Amino acid sequence: MAIEVRIPTILRTYTDGAKSVNAAGATLSDLIGDLESRHPGLRERIVDDSGLRRFVNVYLNDEDVRFLGGLDTPVADGDTVTVLPAVAGGMR
Amino acid sequence: MRFDSLIDSVGNTPLVGLPRLSPSADVRVWAKLEDRNPTGSVKDRPALWMIEQAEKEGLLTPGCTILEPTSGNTGISLAMSARLKGYKLICVMPENTSEERRQLLRMWGAEIIPSPAAGGSNEAVRVAKRLAAENPSWVMLYQYGNPANWRSHYESTGPEILRDLPSITHFVAGLGTTGTLMGVGRYLREHVPGVQIVAAEPRYGELVYGLRNVDEGFIPEIYDADVLTTRFSVTSADALRRTRELLGSEGIFAGISTGCALHAALGMAAKAVKAGERADIVFIVADGGWKYLSTGAYEGTLDQAEDRLEGQLWA
Repeated sequence: MAIEVRIPTILRTYTDGAKSVNAAGATLSDLIGDLESRHPGLRERIVDDSGLRRFVNVYLNDEDVRFLGGLDTPVADGDTVTVLPAVAGGMR
Repeated sequence: MRFDSLIDSVGNTPLVGLPRLSPSADVRVWAKLEDRNPTGSVKDRPALWMIEQAEKEGLLTPGCTILEPTSGNTGISLAMSARLKGYKLICVMPENTSEERRQLLRMWGAEIIPSPAAGGSNEAVRVAKRLAAENPSWVMLYQYGNPANWRSHYESTGPEILRDLPSITHFVAGLGTTGTLMGVGRYLREHVPGVQIVAAEPRYGELVYGLRNVDEGFIPEIYDADVLTTRFSVTSADALRRTRELLGSEGIFAGISTGCALHAALGMAAKAVKAGERADIVFIVADGGWKYLSTGAYEGTLDQAEDRLEGQLWA
């Protein structure tokens, strides 16, 4: 099962410069765990003890996961997950 | 249809189906053509409501100067009303907005004060607030914080949509001042159990956001996250692609922010199909494509158009 994860410029140091990487998992949390196993250090830039980091937005097929199930949001083959620093938003 | 004046003809815009872009007979997408308003955009509604509210409160009297931060459409709507009602208008506008918008504003007699491109609309708000403080006789209607903005949609856009499509399940609009979503959203939530209110937010490239700090994020005062069901973030590439699909498949020539809303509408449509649920999804066509011709959005390949749009505010 492959899910495309788009990585923002500032986190590409963890992916050898790759703009997007593939990962697997049934939920967003699983997916981030799978990412961490191949790109160590990435996980803690996206989540902290309380969940998604405050200044990070994650989108499932362009939809803000905070309005879905957060880290428990189910993900499936063919989905695209986008990680973005929240500089653009500030609407919450 | 007959009206006493142009101002009286605001609203009552068509709602048209998209038979080719709708995924099935059970999941239908509908476009609310707000470009059919007198100055060609959805902003005619909030502009008129804000002016008339200020008149009722005695803030605006003939000869007054109105000041407003705007990326264009609100300014154009205000300029038309101001001309007919005898006010002077000063618009604070980001310098990276299209040339057509500037020409239109000047044509209707508005004065433009440019704000720096970096920071976009947020920076225009900051400049306008400073000017308002320095010029206490100017009246800033302030669409980002004026309840008459969302009330215009609560009292007109929302009821029109429900009248034309009582089976509505989703409402989708761009997220700028948030007025359309707050007003239509509140109205529909009061009348349609389970209705989903979906925001489509433009995701600009680093040229627009690059110089800003994370803590500078600006939240319009009228925004209430509880009105929304969900929120989409749409890249310039996707907004452009959808704008062209809308033209190519359904013949609707719309501005780029409409492509952004359509992208979210089709995202919700795909989810409804997957879940096996029926859906009637209404999205807002905020304006026509005319004001964006100079951006090159409609010419050449999508990649070329995207490159030309880089660094420009399109919503």
